[in-house]
Parts: sequence; structure tokens; C-alpha cells
Amino acid sequence: MSSLLFIEGGRVIDPGAGIDGTRTVVIRDGIVAEVAEHVERPREARAIDARGKWVTPGFIDLHVHLREPGQEYKETVATGAAAAVAGGFTAVCAMPNTRPVNDNASVTALVASRAAEAGLARVYPVGCISKGSAGEELAEYGELKEAGCVALSDDGKPVPSAALMRRALEYARAFGLPLTVHEEDLSLVGKGVMHEGAVSTRLGLTGIPGAAEEVMVLRDLALAELTGGRLHIAHLSTRGAVRAVREAKGRGLKVTAEVTPHHLSLCDEDLALSGYSTDFKVNPPLRALEDVHACREALSDGTIDAIATDHAPHSLVEKELEFDLAANGIVGLETAVAVCLDLVRGGVLTERRFVEALSAGPAKVFGLPGGRLVRGAPADLTLLDPAAPWVVEPERFRSKARNTPWKGRRLVGRCTHTIVGGRVVHGEGRADR
Amino acid sequence: MIGRHRHCLGLADYSPEDIVEVLDLAVSMKEVLKRPIKKVPSLRGKSVVNLFFEASTRTRSSFEVAAKVLSADSLNWTASTSSVSKGETLIDTVKNLEAMRPDVLVIRHSAGGAPALVAQRVDCSVISAGDGSHEHPSQGLLDCFTLREKLGSLVGRTVTIVGDITHSRVARSDLYGLARLGARTRVCGPPTMIPPGIEALGPTVHTDLKEAVAGVDAVIMLRIQHERIGDPLIPGTREYSRLWGLNARKAEEWLSPTCLIMHPGPINRGVELEPEVADGPRSVILDQVENGVAVRMALLYLLAGGPEAANEAKA
Repeated sequence: MSSLLFIEGGRVIDPGAGIDGTRTVVIRDGIVAEVAEHVERPREARAIDARGKWVTPGFIDLHVHLREPGQEYKETVATGAAAAVAGGFTAVCAMPNTRPVNDNASVTALVASRAAEAGLARVYPVGCISKGSAGEELAEYGELKEAGCVALSDDGKPVPSAALMRRALEYARAFGLPLTVHEEDLSLVGKGVMHEGAVSTRLGLTGIPGAAEEVMVLRDLALAELTGGRLHIAHLSTRGAVRAVREAKGRGLKVTAEVTPHHLSLCDEDLALSGYSTDFKVNPPLRALEDVHACREALSDGTIDAIATDHAPHSLVEKELEFDLAANGIVGLETAVAVCLDLVRGGVLTERRFVEALSAGPAKVFGLPGGRLVRGAPADLTLLDPAAPWVVEPERFRSKARNTPWKGRRLVGRCTHTIVGGRVVHGEGRADR
Repeated sequence: MIGRHRHCLGLADYSPEDIVEVLDLAVSMKEVLKRPIKKVPSLRGKSVVNLFFEASTRTRSSFEVAAKVLSADSLNWTASTSSVSKGETLIDTVKNLEAMRPDVLVIRHSAGGAPALVAQRVDCSVISAGDGSHEHPSQGLLDCFTLREKLGSLVGRTVTIVGDITHSRVARSDLYGLARLGARTRVCGPPTMIPPGIEALGPTVHTDLKEAVAGVDAVIMLRIQHERIGDPLIPGTREYSRLWGLNARKAEEWLSPTCLIMHPGPINRGVELEPEVADGPRSVILDQVENGVAVRMALLYLLAGGPEAANEAKA
């Protein structure tokens, strides 16, 4: 007998399929069977009452750090996947800067098998651009793709050599793999620990100019144009980088970009207000307010394709330190939805664009399944109560890490159910009735 | 605690009244230093820990003398002899020190914000003795004290700070303090040493030294740190001293006859200051050192004093 799950009475927002209205979603055997206004529910079917909720395609995060293998004290694939589904993400892309890095099929296979054991979110591994992420030789993209990698990155580090970046963009074309790049010129970064500007001057912390990101974005756009390779800019954060991507897209270049919830909502002044809190130390750094505004506008107008959390778990050992010495990173999986809903309420994003930037947008960037609730698609869905207030208590996170700048803050909007392949992997009752 | 503040982490947090409170008290403290018996019992039974993660002789000694004159017990803890070299974290170090029940922790650290981090974790008062490029509040206060002593009111006066403003915690504390007391400020140096947005702290920005010092009441020359040379912030000391250093000729031709010369020390003689200027009649550099003790006595008294000390002072 087939399994049937009805999600009834919710407001289905599915920009990819062009739906926004009250619908019933019928899931049969893990597949979307129907999205319709009126469907008779057979007695044997289970149901979720979604009245007052948003029902959207499962959210996809292009950029998370799950720390396994090697730094399991910070996070594991299982705890990261649990955090993902708690935050409404049905799929996450795991960056390769583990120990060892994911530059070969055995590491890719380990991540995939841990994800399968956890049985929560889908975990798509990202492989390295260069062997050992050392920026010297190409990794074996053919092997990485066969093992399940969906993109390539040396994230956490830039690719310093323009020549290697050129060859990587060219070589990856054979496999249709996008390169997702961490853009910073290390010579301009120097010993910088926050955004360079009036606030870094006031705090006496060494600054990282926006130009450190922009010179690399401009370089790689030129290389993407030269090679015809698929370039994706990770965690875009400056006004100048936005301008460069907008211009490149205008010329028809195959470039995409993502932005994090923190770069959309926090600026260097928030760091100052925090009193040197290392929960606000992140790379790229929290930028100036004008950069935040530029990122918001770019996400709204489609220059930026996706919201990605750059979920970067650290233990207290790396964070309870002097600001100069603390590790960079913010955990984002369990706060992203609420933080980004603030932008909807503030008139920065439409509801449609909010959902798109978390579903169809990222699916398209890496060519992933999902992102739309069409008949025959895997039944990955996120159910939200956009009006639910809650207080961020990091000790209640599913993630092992606590490094969030929203600690103690009251946020509004929460994922109530997360459904992956028709299974309710997060939510009250785990498929009631 | 008598004043409004529990800690002294930077002059950004100090109002004009807060600063005047310290300076006025420092006047009495300076008087104590001129007595034949340089000891008062104000902080008897109180303890001060000087926790220095960066090399410092004058600031540490100044705090130590200040504590001793006030009869506080002081303990010097330096990073080179501490367990920091064994990999202990800052928080663990201060928690251990706190268990010894100090009343005031004086901390110098190479990381901006380190004293703020400590202040969040301990019950005692914390005084920053300089953190990274952030602030050096007791230096800012002693510079204000010295200028007020020499010039009277600072309202409408103009002070120029010359040198590596980007990496100077002294410059930031001076800019806050001087602005709070009504002085106008200018900063001057090579553009590589002027941080973005410094205007928000009050000064006008200059690259030409002659223009920057014209008509001002005092010039504060900052030390050029050797590690900055070839950073590559400046090509070398030769061009720096030619363009941004002060020698007798420039002082004679460019400064007003009453203009004071200050320096937080230690001086690189021949780089930012020629000896004839550093030791000349305009120089109040040694007054700064003397006043530093008085100002630090005032700070310690305000933070560690408590009601008992206040009563004793009145008696």
C-alpha cells in the first residue's frame, strides 16, 4: 500500500511553479502527487493541518560547514543536518574545508554516508578546487563528481593564483560543475579582523577593506568571461562586488551569487554595539550599512540568486578569546528563516522573493533537484509560521555550536515542519493522524 | 567606587564631567607627590594587579608608583613570566588572578577590546593600560591634565597629533579627551597612517606638517614604531623625519612661540623628534611622565576607593 500525506489549508508559496494561494499538497510515496485547491482526502491518508502557515518548496542552503571529518567537536554531519531541518532546510551543501579536506572520493563518500545514517536533510558535498585546498594543483573533478559532489570550492580561502583559477574554470566545464569561490585578496586582508572603515578606526581593530573582496570578484569575472566557466560568488558582501556582479550579469555572463542572512541584517556598527563580541566576528566581515543596503537591493532585484547561511560552527574554545584571536564564523541554519523574514516585514524582500531565494534560486545555481513543488518532484517541503515569536537560546540549538550574534534576541517566524522525501523529519507530531 | 564608572576602558565612554572629575582629583594627587613623605593611606588594604601582556616600562611603573603612594598593594604579572606562554587563555588567566581578590586589574594587551572582554568576566574594576590600537585612556587623561595645567582651560585651544594615527591608541584617547574638554584637534601624517573615518573623532586631517601645526597651542608627536617601516606604510625613517619629524628649525619657523611639544614616549630621537626639540624649552614631555602618576592615582582612587576611602580622605 502506498503512503499518503496531505498538507491541508496552508498558503502554498512556490515561485518556481508560479503558485501563491491556499492549496492542498498531496504526497504519495515521497513524491509530490498533486498541488490543488480541493482534493478529497482518503481515510487512510495522514494529514498535517497547515492553516495559518506557509507551505514552500524545501529550503536549500548552498553553503554550510559541517566540520566532519576532523572537527567533530564543533559539528558533525548528523548534528548539522539536525540543525538544518530544525531551521527549515531540506538540503545543504557541505563545504570541503574539513580535515582532511574533501579533495577525493573517499571523503565525499564519508560525508554522504554520514548524511544517509542521519536521515534528516539531504547533504550535497562540495569538492575542492585544488588538491589539499592548497591552491597549487587541480583536484580530480571527474572523481569528485562521480562520488556525488555538486560544486567545487576552496572555501575558507581564496584561490590565490589567477592561472590556477583559470584552469579550474576551464577544466570544470567538462563536468558541468560550478565553482563557488571565497573572494579575498590575502595581501589586502593582512591581519584584518573586521571591516575597514570608521568603526574599525573607532574600535582600534585592524580593518579589511571592501576592496579585498572586490579585486578578486573582478578578477574571477574576467576569468569566467575568458573561459566560459560557471562561477558562483560565495557570501557576497560589498557594494562594489554587487556592482561588479550586476554589470557582469547584464553582459550575459554565467555568474551567480549568494548572500548570508548576517550580511543582509547586521553591519559593523552592530559589532561595535556588541562590545567586541566574537559572535560578530566572521569572514567576510560584517560590512558598512551601505554595503548591507546594496546586498539587500541586489537580492531583491535578482543580482544575488540565493540566500546561503555560511553556517560556521565553532566551539567556545575558538570563540571565548580576544577579538584578534577568535575564529571567524556564525552559525546560521536555525536562525536564517526568522532573520530573513524580518526583511520581508521591513519591505526589503517580497514574500515571493524570500521563498525563491531559499528554494528555486539556490536549486538553479548548483543544478540541484527540488526548489519547486511540481508533480513528480521529490516531496521536500518547508512549513513556516511566519508570525511565531521566539527567543534565540543557543543552548537549545540542534547544532553543537553556540556562536550566534542573535543570542537572546527575540525573532519572529519559525519553521514548524520540515519534510524530506515525504518524511516529516522535523515538526510537532512528525506527521499526525 | 566614587565616580560614575566601574571600569576605565576608554575615554569614548567618559563625559566631560567624568574627565574633569579625574583631572581635578589628580591635582590633589600631584600635591601628594610633592610632599616629603609621599604616602597616603587612602587605598590601604586594597590591591591592584598590573597584568601586562605587552612590554611596557613606563606605564607599568607609573601605575605601580601610583598604587604605592596610595598604600595599595600591587602585584605585577607580565605575560612573559605568566602561564600565557603555556597556552592559557586570557579568560583563564584573569579568572585565576581574580581568585586572588584584587580590587583593580590594570591590563595592557596587544588586542583591541581585550580589557572589555576581561571586564565582562570579572567582578573587580578594570583599567585599560592600552589595548591594541584602540585606547590608552590614562595616557589621554594625563595629556589633558598636562595641557590644562599649562594652558588653563582647553576651550577653543587647538592641538595637533602627528604620526601613525592608524596604530595609535594614544591618538584615539587624546582625541576623545581633548574634544570633551572643548579643544579643537588636528591629525597629521602620511596618508598611509591616517585611518578611515578618523574625522568622526573630531580632528581635521592634514598631510602637510607646516599647515597642520600653524597657530596651534600644542603638538603631540607620536612614536614611529620600527615594525611599521616597510609595512609598507612608509618608505623609511629618512623621508619620514624629513617630512613629519620636528627639528629646531621647523619648530622655530612653523610653531607659535608658546606652542608646547608633547610625546607619549619612548621617543625615537632623530625620527619624529630631534633632541634639541625634545629637550628644548617647549617640551613638556617629562611633565607628562610626572602627571601620569598623579592621574593614575586619581583613577585608582576613583575605582578602588569606595566609601571607606572617601571618608578617610575627608578626615
